[in-house]
Amino acid sequence: MMVSLKRPVLVLLAGTIALAAAVAAATQPPAARPAAPLTVISAEGQRPLPASQLGDQLVVALDDLAALLNLTVREDALSGGAAVGYKGRTVLLTAGQALASVSGRLVALPSPPVRDGRRWLVPVEFVGRALAGIYDTKLDIRKNSRLLLVGDVRVPRVAIREEPVGGQVRVTLEVAPKTTHTITQEGNHLLIRFDADALDTSIPAIAAQGVLQAVRLADPRGTIALDLGPKFGSYRASLVPHEQDAELVIDLVPAPAETPFPVTRPPAAAPPSGPPLPVPVLPPALRTVVLDPGHGGEEKGAAGPGGTLEKDVTLAIARRLKAGLESRLGVRVLLTREGDETVPLDDRAALANNNKGDLLISIHANASLRPGVSGAQIYYLSADEAGEEARRAAAARQSLPALGGGTRDVEMILWEVAQVRHLGDSAVLAGLAEEQMRQAVQLNPRPVQQAPFRVLAGANMPAVLVEVGFLTNAAEEERLKSEAHQEAIARALLEAVTRFRDARAQEPRASVPPTVPR
Amino acid sequence: MILWFVLAGIAVGAAAAATLVLSRWLATGETPAALDAPATAAEPRIKVRLFYVSADGLRLVPAEREVPFAEGTLEQARRIVEAQLEPAPAPLLSAIPPGTTLRSVFLTQSSEAFVDLSREVAAGHPGGALNEILTVYAIVDALTTNLPALTGVQIRVDGHEVDTLAGHVDLRRPLSKSTAWVEDPGAAPSTVPPTAPAAGPGTPEAPASVPIR
Repeated sequence: MMVSLKRPVLVLLAGTIALAAAVAAATQPPAARPAAPLTVISAEGQRPLPASQLGDQLVVALDDLAALLNLTVREDALSGGAAVGYKGRTVLLTAGQALASVSGRLVALPSPPVRDGRRWLVPVEFVGRALAGIYDTKLDIRKNSRLLLVGDVRVPRVAIREEPVGGQVRVTLEVAPKTTHTITQEGNHLLIRFDADALDTSIPAIAAQGVLQAVRLADPRGTIALDLGPKFGSYRASLVPHEQDAELVIDLVPAPAETPFPVTRPPAAAPPSGPPLPVPVLPPALRTVVLDPGHGGEEKGAAGPGGTLEKDVTLAIARRLKAGLESRLGVRVLLTREGDETVPLDDRAALANNNKGDLLISIHANASLRPGVSGAQIYYLSADEAGEEARRAAAARQSLPALGGGTRDVEMILWEVAQVRHLGDSAVLAGLAEEQMRQAVQLNPRPVQQAPFRVLAGANMPAVLVEVGFLTNAAEEERLKSEAHQEAIARALLEAVTRFRDARAQEPRASVPPTVPR
Repeated sequence: MILWFVLAGIAVGAAAAATLVLSRWLATGETPAALDAPATAAEPRIKVRLFYVSADGLRLVPAEREVPFAEGTLEQARRIVEAQLEPAPAPLLSAIPPGTTLRSVFLTQSSEAFVDLSREVAAGHPGGALNEILTVYAIVDALTTNLPALTGVQIRVDGHEVDTLAGHVDLRRPLSKSTAWVEDPGAAPSTVPPTAPAAGPGTPEAPASVPIR
C-alpha cells in the first residue's frame, strides 16, 4: 500500500478500506479480474499460469496449480476449505483465514483463499510459503517478474539502470548470482545473452536520445536487447565481479559527429597556407588475434585423474575466447587448430606469423606430480634465452642495396627468435592477463613466469602462454570441465586483450620500427 | 670478541675459496689432492647437488648426494646425470620419468653438454608445462650447478635432437642454468654467475610495472 506516512489520516482510511475489502472478499463472491499470466520455468521449459487480480492481490487458481505440479485438490468439508495433496503430504486451507497448515505447521498468507464459483483462488505467495513445504523440488515465486520457478533453474536477477556518463550512455546490469553472458551486436541491436533459463528482471523505460533508443527483454529465456539509435558509434563492456553478484557495465559511445570520409592526398598538393592536414588515420591497434589451443590429435597433453584431457579443455576455452573477441572487439580471430588435430609447434607460430597476427595466446592446462598443486599461471618467453638469441639475431642484420642507389638496413628476422623484439609487450600482456584472471579464477602462487617455450619463441608478435589450471588437481579438474569456469577464463582473457588493445591505441607504437615488415 | 669475528671471517673465506678451487678442479678434470672419500676408499666419491620436485610442487629443491668421482668433466657429467636419473630419496619426487636411462654425454668445444636420454623421458612423460620445466631443469641445473665450467645443456632423446619432451620447453638449443625454478637458489654452491642477458639491439626493456619473477 503506497501511502505517505505524512498523511496518517489517509493511512487509517486506506487500512479501513483494505480491511473492509478483505471481509467483503471472504463473505461475498469476489470480483477477480484477469491479469497477465505468470510464466512457469522448469527444466522442461516454460508454460503460462493464468493469474487474476483480486483487490491488491495477485491470485492463481488451485486447479491450475494442481494441473501444473501434479497436485490433488479436494474440498475439505470439516474446515469449509480445501486440502492440497502431494505424495502423501497435505496443505490445508480454510475459507476466510489468511493461514495454511503445511503438514501440520501453520504459515501466514497475505490474504485468505477465496472460493470463486467452482475454483479456489489463492495468493501467489501460497506457492512459496505453503506448497514449497510439501513439494519435492524447489518452488520459488518471483512476484515482480511474474515467474514461478520449479526445480533448479537458473534465473538470475538482473537490475538494469541507464545513465549518461561524459557524453556516453552507460547501461549497468547488476546480475545476481553471477551468470556468464555474451554480448553480440546484430544490426541496430546489442544483445546480451545470459546463460540462464530465464531472467528475473524489470525493464526500465528510457527516453530515446539517439544513442540508445530502448531496452527490451528480447527473449525471456535470457536475452536483453539494447536498441541502438542513429548516433551510436561503438560500445565497450566490462564486468565488475563481486562476492555474490556481478556488475556488467556497457558504455555506448556516440559516433563522431559528421566525419567526412578522409581524403588522402599527397602532402605537396596541400596549399601551404591552407587548413592543417587531417590527422592520419592510424591502423587499428588490434586486427588479428591468433589463439593456440594447446596439443590436439595424438598429442593429448596432460590428463586429470578423472580422465579430462588437456587438448579438450584448451580447445573449448579457445573457442569461447574466439567468440568473445569477435563479438566484442570485432577483430579477426584465428585458431591454430579448429578441431582435434595434431599440429606441430612450429606450424602454430608460423600460422600466426603468416597471417600477420597482432597477438598470440597459447592456451594450455597444467600437470604436476603433486596433486595438491593448483591455480592458473601465465608464461612469457624467458629473457635469458631471448637475450642470448638477440645477440645472435644482431649478427644477422645486413645492409642491402636499395632501389635508386645507396643501401638500407634490412633486419633479417629469424622466426626462431622472432619473439625477442616483442618481449616487453608480451610481459605487459602477461601482467594484464594475471590481473584479469585473478578476479575470475584461482591463481597459482607463482602466477607469472618465464620459460623457454617453443611456441612463443617463434611468434613475431606479443605472445603469452596461459596455463588455465592443473588437471592433476581433482577439484580443479572438475572446475576446468565446467562450462561456467571455461567461460570465466575466456572472459578474463577477453578483458585482458581489451585492455591491451586500449593501452596500445593510446600510445604510439615506438617499439616497432616502421621499416620492419610485419 | 672482534678477533673471533675476524677469525670466523677468514674461516668462511677459506671454505669458499676451497669450494671454488674444488669445483675448478672438477671442471678441468684435474685430480683434487684430497676428497672426502668413504671409509672403504675403494671408490672415491664427491658430494653434488641434485634437484627434485619440492614439497609444494612449484619448484626444484636441491639435495646433496654422493656420486662416484670421475676423471674429467665428461666422465663426471655422466656420473651426475646417472645419479639424477635414479629414483629420488623419500619424501622427494623425481621430476624425471621412471625408467629413463642415460645413453651418452658429449661436450662441445664451447663447453656445452649434450645429454642423450632414453625414449622414456619423453614417451613416459606425464605432460603439463610445469612438469616439463622441472624435468628439463633438473638435468640442466644438476650439470651446470656441479660443473660450472659447462655453459649450457642440450637434451636429446634416443639419439636425436627433439623439439620438446612434452610439447612446451624448446630443446632445439642448449639451455643455460636457471635459478628461477630452484627453491632457495641462494643456498646453491658458489659458481660462475650465469650469463647475464645482453641488451641486444632488438631487446625491448621489460616494463617496470610487470614483475618478472
